[in-house]
Amino acid sequence: MSDIKEVKEPSIYDFRDEERDEDFYKVDAGLTEDIIREISKEKHDPEWMLEFRLNALKVYKEMEIPDWGPPIDGLDLNNIVTYVKPKTKMVGSWDEVPADIKNAFEKLGIPQAEREALAGVGAQYDSEIVYHNVKKEVEDQGVVYTDMESAITGKYEQMVKDHFMKLVPVNDHKFAALHGAVWSGGSFVYAPPGAKVEIPLQSYFRLNAPGAGQFEHTLIIVDEGADVHFIEGCSAPKYNIANLHAGCVELFVGKNAHLRYSTIENWSKNMYNLNTKRAICEEGGTIEWISGSFGSHVSYLYPTSILKGDHSHSEFTGVTFAGATQNLDTGAKVIHIGKHTSSFIDTKSITKGGGINTYRSSVEIRPTALYSKASVNCGSLMIDSESRSDTVPAMDIRTDTADVGHEAKIGRISDDAVFYMMSRGMSEAAAKAMIVSGFASPVSKELPLEYAAEMNNLIKLEMETG
Amino acid sequence: MSEYILDIKDLHAGIEGEEILKGVDLRIAAGETHVLMGPNGAGKSTLGNVIMGNPVYKVNSGSMIFDGKDLTEMSVDERAKAGLFMSFQNPLEVPGLTMDNFIRSALRERTGKAIKIFQFKKKLEETCSLLDMDEAYVQRDLNVGFSGGEKKKAEIFQLLMLEPKFAILDETDSGLDVDAVRIVSKGVDIFRKNGGTLLIITHSTRILEGLNVDATHVIVDGKVVKEGGAELVETINAGGFEGLKNE
Repeated sequence: MSDIKEVKEPSIYDFRDEERDEDFYKVDAGLTEDIIREISKEKHDPEWMLEFRLNALKVYKEMEIPDWGPPIDGLDLNNIVTYVKPKTKMVGSWDEVPADIKNAFEKLGIPQAEREALAGVGAQYDSEIVYHNVKKEVEDQGVVYTDMESAITGKYEQMVKDHFMKLVPVNDHKFAALHGAVWSGGSFVYAPPGAKVEIPLQSYFRLNAPGAGQFEHTLIIVDEGADVHFIEGCSAPKYNIANLHAGCVELFVGKNAHLRYSTIENWSKNMYNLNTKRAICEEGGTIEWISGSFGSHVSYLYPTSILKGDHSHSEFTGVTFAGATQNLDTGAKVIHIGKHTSSFIDTKSITKGGGINTYRSSVEIRPTALYSKASVNCGSLMIDSESRSDTVPAMDIRTDTADVGHEAKIGRISDDAVFYMMSRGMSEAAAKAMIVSGFASPVSKELPLEYAAEMNNLIKLEMETG
Repeated sequence: MSEYILDIKDLHAGIEGEEILKGVDLRIAAGETHVLMGPNGAGKSTLGNVIMGNPVYKVNSGSMIFDGKDLTEMSVDERAKAGLFMSFQNPLEVPGLTMDNFIRSALRERTGKAIKIFQFKKKLEETCSLLDMDEAYVQRDLNVGFSGGEKKKAEIFQLLMLEPKFAILDETDSGLDVDAVRIVSKGVDIFRKNGGTLLIITHSTRILEGLNVDATHVIVDGKVVKEGGAELVETINAGGFEGLKNE
């Protein structure tokens, strides 16, 4: 009946452009002090940063690979080119972005999203920011949104120095040390006291070179009474060489300040995603995490909130989707230190096609955290009987004034619900995808429209494949 | 093509190891309203579910032709796209999926076309007002936290939105208060007046008041044991199912 020919388009989540090797500068595959010096020189690091990197390298070499989570023995660090840098320099307007890079971003929907109400795009291409534009109204409020390289060599150098890897010290774990040694790219945000950024600041990045690790550093400092929403979205094309992502996110939430940090991550299925994210809240401060984790071969991801100030508050809302060949170990951590602190963790995990999901959380209420509240709610949905879902919620409560709740639910997709939806005309696949999207809706509801749409597309795609 | 929109012959079906329908014959002409009655466990709901294609039940033998198509060869969604609809006895809850989103997606799947938002919203509003429903209702997650009556109203709401050719109402009137029955009956009447064909499974007669019933079928122990007109409903009301078994 239809005269429209079906055009087989490659999936937008599985693209890659041919990059010519001569356009890129790569360091030798192994990791030595010389390489660290080379990276540092290339990045025009201040002297203190070179020292920082060299110290981190030492720590890295001394530390053991973590052995308590999913296996990462497929990772051969000696074969990973840790640093790839496009020749393109920082540019100020979209017109100046080279065509092939622009093309890649168009597939990710960046230009459309950027035009309207969005504050600024710091789009990371491989390890370097190639496009950065902060809208005037954000700058007018005194908000600084720039790439880490500019921040560290510009007038915010001291501020960076005072905060960089203070929340995630290099000896936190082996991959934090690696990050400290080779970090490259990422975003810096500083919101001065009282600044209210109405529109979300967003950054989009992805990996696009075989064997390239990505070690971007995000540092956000929200000063007293300020309010910021930061969104990071990333997707990566597929490659057969093991890929490593060991980024680091440090969030400083000042007195009575508010920060919402949203991420949708969609890593290629060969990625080892060993990411560290941490926030600290001063008195009355609020951190909100919205997190959608898709893709990767192995993930270790537990965004951590340190509720240091009295009456500080943390909310974590997250979805993790593990399909065939994936082993994802995700969750959240909260450390209550101040009095009357409160935290909510709400996570959903979806497992399919023999994938493995482990929900791992830790809530610690220290003796000082009198009259604190913590609530943990985790739900798991398994699409088939070959998938696996585990829940490991740890709680360490050191005061008898705490109010703590925990609820866990593990279930399978209901055949009756699928029949019900099919009886209205939906295909089995569409019905299941809608049930899963609905299950994940606590996260998509919190996202701006285009990100929510992307997340639902990802769910649909994951439900259709494998 | 048969003069009947639904033509079931010698249908044997059941669950694994147990035959529930033991040779059902049922013919319904387009535009007619039929009532299926019978005692508990006679196979009324099973018949509805088998027509709709619930995978819990297996068809062992016999034929089911709907609008010229062999239902036994069709998946559930193909049956729905061909014009079949069933109002569920226990509508399922789908957290995170709003009713309007669900209906819009179903319409898109049924028609294969994008749904025009403005027309869709207009129809939602009209249907809400027909059924005395608050419009906020359709923004709620599908059946989640709905009372029994709200769920049944939501089924009729979907019936009017999706406009199938043939609707099976499986105990749609059970557990409803008087007002809810009135609204459900109103919706069913609108469907019927628009040319829809109905198979109403019930063991009470409240939903039938004010409806023009064309035929009544009585099913006992997996077989249709008696057929008649609207008057049969009254007979059963007065005398129950006893005595029909051995006729």
